[in-house]
Amino acid sequence: MSEQQQHPKTTQPHIQLQMMSDPMLLSGAREMVLWVARRTGFTELDCSQIALAVDEALCNVFRHGYDRKTDGTIWMKIWPRPTEGTTPGSLKIVIEDEAKQIDPELIKSRDLDDIRPGGLGVHIMKEVMDSVQFEKRGPAGMRLTMEKAIKAITAIESTGGEKMNEGDA
Amino acid sequence: MSLPLTIETKEHEGVVTVILVGDVGYTEATKFREALRLANDKKTARLVVDLTKVDYMNTPGLATLVEALQNTKRRNAKLVLFGLTPKVRAIFDIAQLHRVFTIAADEATAQTI
Repeated sequence: MSEQQQHPKTTQPHIQLQMMSDPMLLSGAREMVLWVARRTGFTELDCSQIALAVDEALCNVFRHGYDRKTDGTIWMKIWPRPTEGTTPGSLKIVIEDEAKQIDPELIKSRDLDDIRPGGLGVHIMKEVMDSVQFEKRGPAGMRLTMEKAIKAITAIESTGGEKMNEGDA
Repeated sequence: MSLPLTIETKEHEGVVTVILVGDVGYTEATKFREALRLANDKKTARLVVDLTKVDYMNTPGLATLVEALQNTKRRNAKLVLFGLTPKVRAIFDIAQLHRVFTIAADEATAQTI
């Protein structure tokens, strides 16, 4: 049996979406992510923030990558992993495009003390996800990989030491 | 489920209140910006934004509010937000914008704070 047959869930995306770089489609994409996050077991607040991170990423591809052109192509791949035993569930999301390339080192948020409209998308992505990685994609465009795991243990009951999940509190 | 944005504006005793119902995403931010621009043009001393029925807001929405804050400050007027849902409040906290906006717990406080 090949490795792919043994571990199909870790190699192939569970969901793969191809969409145009059209802002009209953003709400549908973030709704899909929201529901996948819910089924993976994240708290409602986490689900909303994961959807926000994806929304910000797609907005950036449209605005900065494709210079607001609506006929660019964006691919989104999602690997949800529900909690199994003591291993907390997680979500991996990859967003790829064929837009202009930029040095990943130059993709930064603005100084939060510099109060002005805009420039917060990357900051929000990095705050709400566990990891955010930008890289150039061959032969063209950029690849963004974001991952987040469910916060497994947030409290231990003082009596008896029973572990509780955030949603149980 | 993502809701299309509707915006209502009312004026009472020198206070203009902009009431939002629905999500504020990229496409909705344009409509929101126009509503705030028209509200600011009324030149009242206080502009209030009711976010009670907003469950989602991304950075174009935040940018629109920052722009409105700058416009009201420029003419020595006050911008007050109220009714932030936990999800929207969390975005303000992450962006550290809770430090720059006047955020009231309810409409009555927003009229006087």
